[in-house]
Amino acid sequence: MSERGVIVQKPYARLSPEEIETIDRASMAILKNPGILCYHEESVSLLEKAGAQARATREGEHNAWWVSIPENVIREALESVPSRVVLGARDPENRVVLDAEGYRVHFGTGSETNYWLEVKPETFQSKVDSHERVFPLMEKKRGNVEYLCRSANLAEQLENLDFFIRNVNVQDDDITIDNKDVNVFFASLDHITKPVIGGIAEFERLNDVVRMAEIIVGGKEELVENPVVSFITSVIKSPLQVVAETAEKLIAIARLKLPVVISTSPQGGSTAPIDDMGMVAQVNAEALVGITINQLANPGAPVIYGAVPVRARMDDLNDMYGVPEFCHYNIACAQMARHYRVPCYSTAGVGDARVPGIQASVEKTFTHTVVPMAAPGLVHYSFGLLDKTQIFCPEQALLDNQQIGMAKFLYRESGINDERIEKTRVMVEEVMHSPYRMYARYARKMLRRGEIFPGFPFEGESEDQDQTLLLAHEKFQELEKNEPRHLPPEVRDKIFKEIPGLLPRLK
Amino acid sequence: MEENLIGRIAENVLQGRRNRDDEGIEEDYTGEPGVAELVKEALKSGVPTDKILLEGLSAGMEKVGQKYETGEYFIPDMLTAAEAVEAGMAIMEPHLIKDGVKEVKGKVVMATVEKDLHDIGKNLVSIMLKGAGFTVVDLGVDVPADRIVEVAEEEGAGLIGLSALLNTTMTGMGKVIARLEQKELRKKIKVMIGGAPTSEDYAREIGADAYGKDAFAAIREAEALLKK
Repeated sequence: MSERGVIVQKPYARLSPEEIETIDRASMAILKNPGILCYHEESVSLLEKAGAQARATREGEHNAWWVSIPENVIREALESVPSRVVLGARDPENRVVLDAEGYRVHFGTGSETNYWLEVKPETFQSKVDSHERVFPLMEKKRGNVEYLCRSANLAEQLENLDFFIRNVNVQDDDITIDNKDVNVFFASLDHITKPVIGGIAEFERLNDVVRMAEIIVGGKEELVENPVVSFITSVIKSPLQVVAETAEKLIAIARLKLPVVISTSPQGGSTAPIDDMGMVAQVNAEALVGITINQLANPGAPVIYGAVPVRARMDDLNDMYGVPEFCHYNIACAQMARHYRVPCYSTAGVGDARVPGIQASVEKTFTHTVVPMAAPGLVHYSFGLLDKTQIFCPEQALLDNQQIGMAKFLYRESGINDERIEKTRVMVEEVMHSPYRMYARYARKMLRRGEIFPGFPFEGESEDQDQTLLLAHEKFQELEKNEPRHLPPEVRDKIFKEIPGLLPRLK
Repeated sequence: MEENLIGRIAENVLQGRRNRDDEGIEEDYTGEPGVAELVKEALKSGVPTDKILLEGLSAGMEKVGQKYETGEYFIPDMLTAAEAVEAGMAIMEPHLIKDGVKEVKGKVVMATVEKDLHDIGKNLVSIMLKGAGFTVVDLGVDVPADRIVEVAEEEGAGLIGLSALLNTTMTGMGKVIARLEQKELRKKIKVMIGGAPTSEDYAREIGADAYGKDAFAAIREAEALLKK
């Protein structure tokens, strides 16, 4: 079994069993009427064969179908979904085992940010006391392949990071739609030994990515056993529209028997209702549609219930991640996924703030702590994200790693049981009869057993300045010196020989 | 045999084991001799007291200090080790007196000042001072200035350590210094202060000899003051 992640001992259940049933009924009612608007003919055909009713229509320049999906179609598809999904890894120790009936939570990266935020300490002289002080300034840089490699190397070294989703969008001049997928997956796989999950930009390159993964693990069957790559498909465009190109990828991945996340990201207030009931009923219906298409394409294929519901800002309709409604939505989705016994992919730790600091810390601490309490199997977007999902900052990723460590500690068992009554009494008695009545001796033992949280590692000594970010910057520089755990040279050579489009500089 | 015993004393200081009933940190040593039993055995075998003290207890405590400096050990480790040293010192005391050794590093009277009941910081410093080889007379909490000075004089202490947690009670520290001056003991007995509301500046303001920012600083200051 996977030792990665953390078991949430007593998951938080915001929705009662009755409320879960209510959401289920609401989602089923929505899927029947109005149903979904599907742009993908093969998906329509699969759904129709299973018992759905489709009616052709035109949406602008595209053919589309209104599909009414009866409850039994969804229920039957859910019956074949495996509740246990393995995300493979180059290092077997790093495999992630998702069990929809267990409570183990894993944390990972995402999303494909456009910017890498560089922290640049500079020295300033105070006009008041003439003293010099160092402050961190920041510079946004366009994402590229080099930053992606560096972030994967950092991700490899963060102890609370369990899986890697490319977190920097590669915007190099020599990256095109044709070579993007292979370079993104290669850059990731060559710098991290943890599970790699990602979307495919161009359907035609799916086979190249899969072949690359097969070379790494040694063959087709080996890849199904140890899927070092898993996929994300945003098959639903909210509200309730199945996107043709993504549905194509979803079906192909299902037939390859590789794990895939059905990721749907409605925005409460714009592309989904803003209230709990409305949002969760819709996002749940959307996830169920993706799962159903996947299972109709290949019953028993590993699939993950991915819900990324966010709330809209009321002033500019941007996404909002650091608000209570975000937690409400995501907790409810984790409960719904568990209800269907499908592993869940959830979200926490995104800062709406543009830079690391107090706002980012408040937002991140809030969701990092609360959402995983519902025990979804995967929590993505958890490292380094700022400005919604526009910016990745490595120093922020280090701070997030720390926060997640604290959250993981929070979910531990209490250790309270009847067997310890006498032991506790003896401890108190001994201390009461000792000269200074201090419990240091007992604290020491717990400290050595790793039962005491070691404290915040980025604590500054200054009395007039917050030094957290500067210390995280120093730590990042230290970690960057460590050589990445690259693929073996013969594997890299084979990949470069067989897979077209790889950038020579990645070798 | 002798070297082995001394080495085991130092090792048990690191483990923080006062006696055979204590567990160690790395593994369960319960039932095996701890510092008290090993010191007794060493004395019985004729190992000189200064050797037990310097190469056993102090050497063990020094290693603990080094581990603290490198971040391997924390305050609970230091306190537990200091308790083990204290257990050894209790066995050693009559033998040291017999050998004519009054105090190894000097005598310190510790107290929390009048009207202040807080003792964690004061206890921490007391335990650590004992672990470092000082003889400590701990008067407890809420101790009037007159009583502190009286005991320091009676005991022939070279240093008074004063603690306060409240800015309303820390004025008691100045009273102790005034009382020492009144009794013309000020040159003979040094004063070190510590506690949350105090500071280097406050120490200077009331005429104290040193300010201990934390327990380790207190030990350094005590060593420096009693060397003079």
